[in-house]
Amino acid sequence: MTPLDAVLQPLGYAFFLRALVASTVVGLVCAVVGSYMVLRGLAFMGDALSHSAFPGVVAAYLLKGPFYLGAAIAAVGTALAIGWVTRRGRLRSDTTIGVLFAGMFALGVFLFSRIPNYVGDLFGFLFGEILGIGDADLLALTALAVIVLAVVAVFWKELLYSTFDPLGAAAAGLPVARLDYVLLAVIALTIVVSLQAVGIILVVAMLVTPAAIGQLLATSFGRLVAIAIAVGVVSPIAGLYLSYWLDAATGATIVLVETGLFILALALVSVRRRVPAKA
Amino acid sequence: MADLTPSVDGGHREAPARPAETPAAGGVPAIELRGVTAGYDERAAVESVDLSIPAGSLVAIFGPNGGGKTTLLKLIAGLLQPWSGTVRVLGGAPSEVAHRIAYVPQAELVDWAFPVSVWDVAMMGRFARLGPLHQPGAADRAAVSGALDRVGMLGVATTQIGRLSGGQRRRAFLARAIAAEAELYLLDEPVTGVDVPTQEDLMDLLAAESAKGRTVVATTHDLAAASRHFERVVGVNRRIHADGPVSLLSDPDVLSRTYGGHVLVIGERGVLLDDAHHHDSERGSERHFHEPGPRR
Repeated sequence: MTPLDAVLQPLGYAFFLRALVASTVVGLVCAVVGSYMVLRGLAFMGDALSHSAFPGVVAAYLLKGPFYLGAAIAAVGTALAIGWVTRRGRLRSDTTIGVLFAGMFALGVFLFSRIPNYVGDLFGFLFGEILGIGDADLLALTALAVIVLAVVAVFWKELLYSTFDPLGAAAAGLPVARLDYVLLAVIALTIVVSLQAVGIILVVAMLVTPAAIGQLLATSFGRLVAIAIAVGVVSPIAGLYLSYWLDAATGATIVLVETGLFILALALVSVRRRVPAKA
Repeated sequence: MADLTPSVDGGHREAPARPAETPAAGGVPAIELRGVTAGYDERAAVESVDLSIPAGSLVAIFGPNGGGKTTLLKLIAGLLQPWSGTVRVLGGAPSEVAHRIAYVPQAELVDWAFPVSVWDVAMMGRFARLGPLHQPGAADRAAVSGALDRVGMLGVATTQIGRLSGGQRRRAFLARAIAAEAELYLLDEPVTGVDVPTQEDLMDLLAAESAKGRTVVATTHDLAAASRHFERVVGVNRRIHADGPVSLLSDPDVLSRTYGGHVLVIGERGVLLDDAHHHDSERGSERHFHEPGPRR
């Protein structure tokens, strides 16, 4: 088999094409939203929200409702609850996140264990099933992705200003508190979009790793986002092929490609620092 | 400089007459606080504050750490709501005139590794007036360019802010205020941590803004800087203990009232020992969630 065949052959399968489209969309949305997350130090929040989606997913399964709706209600609800409890209570946000995320995940496990004939889908929930994605799922995923990107396109300036200098932004009249909630809701929706691709456990990598690479290499926000998008779109494609050729778990392979690129970027940056530019 | 009558007890008084250079709305103060008490959680940081600052003033708020300097600034900026009393700024509530207010936070609260250039920071001054959906256009670029030119930062416009010197960092934020076409500049510790020549440069810029009719209010714990560069000083330690011309800073009574016991006056110039090291910031070091919303 020539290398070209190796690339072209999987494209003959509809499931592979769907997975390719889905994971690229996921990579794009995660890169954009993740760029704001890393600058706000919200990586842990991303991890928490993906775990919080679990009870929603299980409930949707039990009630035979749509997967995306269940996940979205659980994740967005938890996001807003974390924001609200942090504002009202006297707890640091990481404390609130720790309490709510563990509680929600436990609820998911509890509900799952009550499923009468304990189906073997748990692995799929936790680690994603991008190769099993159907046409309807692909449509729902793309629609959600468009909503997320539209919201970011409308508020990119406001989100950037309130991320960089919340006090200055609020004094100038930006609704900083509401923008916080908008960002949380957008993160939650992005996680819902990504769940089928990489699953609950690994979503945080899709969100944080491309943006982290951007942050390592870029000195402007525009470039950070551009690098994140490049990594976020290329990694799923490379990961899908690698997992196909190596017969390995798809979500994990995608994440490993991103992790590899991160290590590469880290090495590049430390070499650059050791050998200062001539300028 | 304005001929200000000292009003050491912080009581109400008429806005003093200003030289003709101030075009501000005939005698209406730029900032007016009446009976304001405010704080964080259940702890009041300032109590029963009455304060009136005329438009075009160049005012330093001084006092001990934890005395309420930043709290006062945040009240004026609308970042903190008073528990009681009223805050009027530029003729309205702070939230109504927010587009005309520029707030520059303490340098230590800024993430200097943030991937934004000097140009980006100044452009943020345009964001609030643009509103969502509207992208920065030629007029905004002209305003940013003019503001950077004014503060002498056009040459480093593309530099990431973390690579700037302390003085340049503050000038980038000042450019943001100028680009926003703000009428009221509120600066938290603008001259802290920079050397004296840099202080001079910054203060020349602020004095020039004030001479154009902008009202400039800055907190400082550097009394030498306050007396050298400002027209007027307000001393705060829970309450207003001094309000008037900079000459108040050489009055030992004023200083001991403002600083409580933590002051030692030597000779003619006040030498200060301030051992109050608690800060008047809100709890925690959170940066993701901001204070309970001033503008919902």
